[in-house]
Amino acid sequence: MPLPHLKRLEAEAIHILRETWAAFRNPVLLYSAGKDSSVVLHLAQKAFAPGRMPFPCLHVATGWDFRDVLDFRDRRAAELGLNLLVHTNPDGLARGINPLDSGSQVHMNVMGTEALKQALDMHGFDAAIGGARRDEEKARAKERVFSHRSAGHIWEPRNQRPELWGLYNTRIQAGEGMRIFPLSNWTEFDVWDYIAAENIPIVPLYFAAERPVLRRDGVLIMRDDDRMKLHPGEAEQRLSFRFRTMGDWPLTAAHESSASTIAAVIQEMRESRVSERAGRLIDGDQQASMERKKREGYF
Amino acid sequence: MDSTPPAPRGLLRVLTCGSVDDGKSTLIGRMLHDAQQIMDDTFATLAKDSRKHGTTGDDTDLALLVDGLEAEREQGITIDVAYRFFTTPARSFILIDSPGHEQHTRNMATGASNSDLAIILVDARKGLLTQTRRHGAICSLLGIRHVVLAVNKFDLVGFDQAVFDRIVADWTGFAAELGFVSMQPIPVSARFGDNVTRLSANTPWYRGPSLLEHLERVQVEDAAGTLPFRFPVQWVNRPGQDFRGYTGTIASGRIAVGDAVVVAASGRQSRVARILGPDGDLPAAVHGQAITICLADELDIARGDMLAPVADRPEVADQFAAQLLWMDETAMLPGRQYLARLGHLWTTASVTAIKHRLDVTDLSQQPGRQLALNEIGLCNLSLASRAAFDPYAENRATGSLVLVDRDSHRTVAAGMIAFGLRRAANIAPEAVLVNKAARAALNQQKPAVLWFTGLSGSGKSTIAKLVEQALHRQGRHTYLLDGDNLRHGLNRDLGFTDADRVENIRRVGEVARLFVDAGMIVLCSFISPFRAERRMVRELVGPGEFIEIFVDTPLDECMRRDPKGLYEKARAGRIPNFTGLTSPYEPPEQPELRLLTADRSPDECAREVLDHWAD
Repeated sequence: MPLPHLKRLEAEAIHILRETWAAFRNPVLLYSAGKDSSVVLHLAQKAFAPGRMPFPCLHVATGWDFRDVLDFRDRRAAELGLNLLVHTNPDGLARGINPLDSGSQVHMNVMGTEALKQALDMHGFDAAIGGARRDEEKARAKERVFSHRSAGHIWEPRNQRPELWGLYNTRIQAGEGMRIFPLSNWTEFDVWDYIAAENIPIVPLYFAAERPVLRRDGVLIMRDDDRMKLHPGEAEQRLSFRFRTMGDWPLTAAHESSASTIAAVIQEMRESRVSERAGRLIDGDQQASMERKKREGYF
Repeated sequence: MDSTPPAPRGLLRVLTCGSVDDGKSTLIGRMLHDAQQIMDDTFATLAKDSRKHGTTGDDTDLALLVDGLEAEREQGITIDVAYRFFTTPARSFILIDSPGHEQHTRNMATGASNSDLAIILVDARKGLLTQTRRHGAICSLLGIRHVVLAVNKFDLVGFDQAVFDRIVADWTGFAAELGFVSMQPIPVSARFGDNVTRLSANTPWYRGPSLLEHLERVQVEDAAGTLPFRFPVQWVNRPGQDFRGYTGTIASGRIAVGDAVVVAASGRQSRVARILGPDGDLPAAVHGQAITICLADELDIARGDMLAPVADRPEVADQFAAQLLWMDETAMLPGRQYLARLGHLWTTASVTAIKHRLDVTDLSQQPGRQLALNEIGLCNLSLASRAAFDPYAENRATGSLVLVDRDSHRTVAAGMIAFGLRRAANIAPEAVLVNKAARAALNQQKPAVLWFTGLSGSGKSTIAKLVEQALHRQGRHTYLLDGDNLRHGLNRDLGFTDADRVENIRRVGEVARLFVDAGMIVLCSFISPFRAERRMVRELVGPGEFIEIFVDTPLDECMRRDPKGLYEKARAGRIPNFTGLTSPYEPPEQPELRLLTADRSPDECAREVLDHWAD
């Protein structure tokens, strides 16, 4: 009897997490407090039991994270006794980079990608575990489970190491690094099914509730604070909405929804005709923008 | 995804392969599209991309759905493996799209290594090509037993049955020797959808299923369930004094609490005391589960070992014959050393002989002295340590290996083990009663090599002596090896040429290994200028037993100290091959400890070593 689908995915992810710890000097788990990294965190608790998860968590905070996400992150860190590191790009802060004036690309590059590289370098992490999945996007569909980064955190999609069987090539040179994706073979549905099956806590914004929201350029934005000014004539309205994916709040579109439970969320997704990343206002900026960002070191 | 009910959750991993322009990406795009797996915003992007890069005129080019990398869209080809996921009411699928170009054959092998079934595409206008045969042979070699021959672009040959029959006959003739259990030929048009998800009115003479129907229904056996228990130990979990568990994923078979197991390489036996799954204790577990096993006895087991049933053991040998698929631009040469990974065992390996190369176009055996990129050959391999394995034909998980370049760390070859050599080596080893662990236990210490490397005059020996004194005071059993006690005795036939320096360190390493085996802590103080030799010593002893300590003193500081007056002599030209001046020193890249001596006393440095050692 083959293992049930979710059990098989769970086993594969646990295997990958243990492999990371066994093969690398100084791994870190990238924890954004989003649903995917919440699943990875849950799996990591299982992988090292009865011991504790042996590596720290890193959150790259851009200064524009949803307050709910930060609260949730700190609560989970306290509950699980995590060694949580938080890094924000000080140069970007000093230069006043922000998503409203600098544009989403510059903001994500400086406060996301550059910040991540700074944090990895600062702590000497040689392996960074992330929650990205192959089903999210075309460039990610080609990603390895153990994805090599040359010095400077560069991804060379044309020169990826072949990954045969489960025989991961974990060897790196000094200065190089590895990005590791335990959820490579999970789909968005698998993530939600697993969250439901395992009762994994997630940020409340994934569930619909009536809250104030701004409709601008046809997109629903939740103004998390008043750094985003209302244009003349604009007004917030109260709607029942939720988020399917979490980025920086000015760059993440909400959608109207009444799905306030996991079962309702899963049912809503089954009826949806829009892909997961449509809620990310940065991906469409430029054709093949995910691949370009990944080559530069984005997760 | 539409109104698909909660998934049935049987999973089929499907590889698609074919030559350039056979239409693989289009076929996958068509399947995803017709099975309603394409979201509206993705389709809108696709329509935009099609106008820019498309090859189908005004129609939406479905291939662009899967050709994810920019270079691919620009060149209109697929250059890397892509993974797609979709679910129908009958089954979940992972579609593994692999490239058709010869130079990317390695990626095809990558896809094949993890697939249950392969769709091999043929262009109806061209018939079987060399690449088609190559792909058939690689699928067979990598153990795929189920194949669909998708004869594509059938619209372009007027849906002519004679064309189909001819191509199927050609294929059947070629594939007879490839050992496929099922072969289903299907005439399709990926561009227009004929026989992809629905049977087409254009091919009334075709009696078989549509492609998707076949994929939903085909029975692929799950061999790993019926094989003997194999458990490659991934990592030893020791969170505290009272728990010691061996983690890993069961490669095949089943294990239950109470079962007798043997450590394949050492021959030591015990019983399974506990099995921990992701949700706690389990009475038993089967292949595919990631578990933690606790044994009734304390055995010396490390990452890379394999647990197996006492009565049904894997082969154990340090030499075997394997089919190698070469995947690197630099050709394989017999005698060169590579890193090898079998299960969780990393060791070094070299090819001792190429028995023959395989010509995949006609499956004939050719003589060969090397293997170039994409060539396949049956080779004899010699490993630096003994490994447990099964023939690949019996067990894909325990019969496979990869070779990795020692310097660049590129994955250079995939290997499928055929059989062990030196049959005598297969006799199950008797456990040695008095071994390193036993001696170390008597000494009440963890044996290790503390290897001090650095320039002449850097302070290596001074610090090493202080460390040894302190360890001795703590009741540790130690021995210090340095130039003074080795150059005058064991190594007095050696000079200071590069070759002699290498031999000097090799002998030191072997002596250190014996001391470690005797349960001692051995301190070695040698300039040891070359990385390769330090690595060699590291590999002679067990994991974690080699502590490389880089005594990092700048050259001008060493020259200023010059305790033995050697730098002055060297600068006067009276000492040839002097490290740092006329002979290179390669500093360690990742030492366990780096001592910056410039502004610290030898005592402080020694304290740092002891603190590190205590951790």
